[in-house]
Amino acid sequence: MLSIKGLKAEIEGKEILSGIDLEVKAGEIHAIMGPNGSGKSTLASVLAGREEYEVTGGSVTYKGKDLLEMAAEDRAREGVFLAFQYPVEIPGVSNINFLKTALNEIRTSKGLEPITAKDFLARVRERSALVELDTKLKNRSVNEGFSGGEKKRNEIFQMAMLEPSLSVLDETDSGLDIDALRIVANGVNQLKNETNATIVVTHYQRLLDYIIPDFVHVLYQGRIVRSGPKELAMELEEKGYDWIKEENGETVDV
Amino acid sequence: MAYKGDDLLEEVTNKDYEYGFVTDIESDLAPVGLNASIIRLISQKKNEPEWLLEWRLKSFELWQKMTEPEWAHIQYPRPDFQSFHYYAAPKQKKNPKSLDEVDPELLKTFDKLGISLDEQKKLTGVAVDIVVDSVSVATTFKAKLAELGIIFCSFSEAVQEHPQLVQKYLGTVVPRSDNFYAALNSAVFTDGSFCYIPKGVRCPMELSTYFRINEAKTGQFERTLVIADEDSYVSYLEGCTAPMRDENQLHAAVVELIALDGAEIKYSTVQNWYPGDDEGKGGVYNFVTKRGICHNRSTISWTQVETGSAITWKYPSCILKGDHAVGEFFSVALTNKLQQADTGTKMIHIGKNTKSTIISKGISAGKSQNSYRGLVKIGKNAENARNFSQCDSLLMGDRCGAHTFPYIEVENPSAQVEHEATTSKIGEDQIFYCNQRGIDTEKAISLIVNGYAKEVLNKLPMEFAVEAQKLLAISLEGSVG
Ligand SMILES: Nc1ncnc2c1ncn2[C@@H]1O[C@H](COP(=O)(O)OP(=O)(O)O)[C@@H](O)[C@H]1O
Ligand SMILES: [Mg+2]
Repeated sequence: MLSIKGLKAEIEGKEILSGIDLEVKAGEIHAIMGPNGSGKSTLASVLAGREEYEVTGGSVTYKGKDLLEMAAEDRAREGVFLAFQYPVEIPGVSNINFLKTALNEIRTSKGLEPITAKDFLARVRERSALVELDTKLKNRSVNEGFSGGEKKRNEIFQMAMLEPSLSVLDETDSGLDIDALRIVANGVNQLKNETNATIVVTHYQRLLDYIIPDFVHVLYQGRIVRSGPKELAMELEEKGYDWIKEENGETVDV
Repeated sequence: MAYKGDDLLEEVTNKDYEYGFVTDIESDLAPVGLNASIIRLISQKKNEPEWLLEWRLKSFELWQKMTEPEWAHIQYPRPDFQSFHYYAAPKQKKNPKSLDEVDPELLKTFDKLGISLDEQKKLTGVAVDIVVDSVSVATTFKAKLAELGIIFCSFSEAVQEHPQLVQKYLGTVVPRSDNFYAALNSAVFTDGSFCYIPKGVRCPMELSTYFRINEAKTGQFERTLVIADEDSYVSYLEGCTAPMRDENQLHAAVVELIALDGAEIKYSTVQNWYPGDDEGKGGVYNFVTKRGICHNRSTISWTQVETGSAITWKYPSCILKGDHAVGEFFSVALTNKLQQADTGTKMIHIGKNTKSTIISKGISAGKSQNSYRGLVKIGKNAENARNFSQCDSLLMGDRCGAHTFPYIEVENPSAQVEHEATTSKIGEDQIFYCNQRGIDTEKAISLIVNGYAKEVLNKLPMEFAVEAQKLLAISLEGSVG
């Protein structure tokens, strides 16, 4: 589904991604871990099509197409979804109106009719239950005045509504208490099937107790320095990131 | 198409004005220029009573001694007032009795504007008075309203049919000497709308006026007078368009509202005059005086969505004369390209327990300048007067300007006056968030801007709100920063 080869990207002349290789197949869950500032959000943003980041090398193929050639909205319409690390507030635009607009834009791009009000409401009811989203939040302005946890839950609710093929969850676990974490993870697990794939970006191993990855990758200084099965996450949790840092030639104060 | 700040800013200039067509109808034009004999000609063409001619001539005399106001945050070459036609009427049979008698070319114009009179009649139940250049050409639904004793007609007709009402109220809210443009209007106004709601009557439909400037080099000076008698209610809508021209067209209207004891007037405007081309050439200069007077327990609400005109100079105001009177002002003013708007309101609290609310939402894009100017004045005797003002500015790009000039004068210590102001920018973050959900940049901007303006748009009657939303989207196509 997704094939990243030698991907390099920079911002303001500073190289952040220094050659990333990653293969993601349908039905798989990949975890990307790494210390703060290693480039995880940058990778997520580049995949989603944020133009602030300049791609300086490599390629990304998604469902056989050159992803990097596509505008952000076209990537979304083709099924790429990013759950933002910091979801954005849009005052005065109701969550529900926002989602309906998004859903219908995606449908229109596929030559489908806009969803009927009845079907839409039924879907809202079903999918918001999945992440136990407070009904009040559906009619409030997008993310405005939401708590950190509510914002994250809202991201997964949107994901459930839009049914993407490739979801990138950027630190969806941060700021969640253990109950919320379980709810969010449960939502992600229920949405998983043989035709979609998920990339879970996280700093902590904690989330991976609930969302079991098929592969774990460690990102450090813009490179994937290690890949392995889910046990790699455990190892990281035990040894901490200093181990990776040392391995990669950085001196670490003890 | 992906979002890239600078490219999109450039695209601002590619947006065309949708209503910029000229209707090819013969018109009856007065010679260029302004003097007492032109005023006599206008008055005579309209078969006016002597008192009105005298009133006009006195206004002209006052105007000649006045100078154009300089205090607004706008810059423009001063119009040459001798270069306009002060009377332009589409030539057609006098006073059409039905739609069949209206010039078909004119009807086509209304179609292009999206206001088929026929449709209006059948579907929306909105009574419409249409003013092209200076003359009112059609008023629908008159008979139905007449059953309730409601008078809704052109100003000229009111002068003929209801002279005592006109004479009693004309110039009582906006005196001839009020300001330069009001004095000019009082001298040369040619038509406009008149509305009277009798005691205790709730007007069952929206009353609507459409203004359109068609003839080249004409000034349009409408006069609107709305009188809501005791305990009555009326919702009044005003829409405006103009064709594209190379030369700036002048528009200087006066609107007077009178809300007698217990009455309520909602006055909504969607202003979409031609804003001019990319160099600002040819747009409408819009210098309007709008004011209402509120007697005991009455309410006047001004709601405006201003997207057009090269220059907007406009301060719909309320004089809260009676006790427990309420004044409201809800405004969205959008400027793009080289447009300049200096708009706001005045709330003059005179009576006890009077209350006013001001919600102003400015949106600036391109190289435009957008100013809010508001006065809240609490008089000596206005015990327990209250005001709440909120002035927000939204900036798109860094080549435009937003300015806020709030003036507060309080002469009574029991007053409570609250003022809040915010300035924000449409963030790339917000746009990217929308893009990431499949919404393209243009739609994203429209969504964000409509969200920002929602508090005001919600005050508009349904069919106007939809139109206003579309207008905001069209006016902003491609602009972002
Ligand atoms: N908009 C930006 N401008 C400048 N530097 C940035 C920007 N975004 C990220 N960076 C830098 O890129 C590096 C990687 O950041 P990020 O991808 O957010 O890391 P992570 O998500 O792994 O914590 C950091 O050094 C960060 O400071
Ligand atoms: Mg991050």
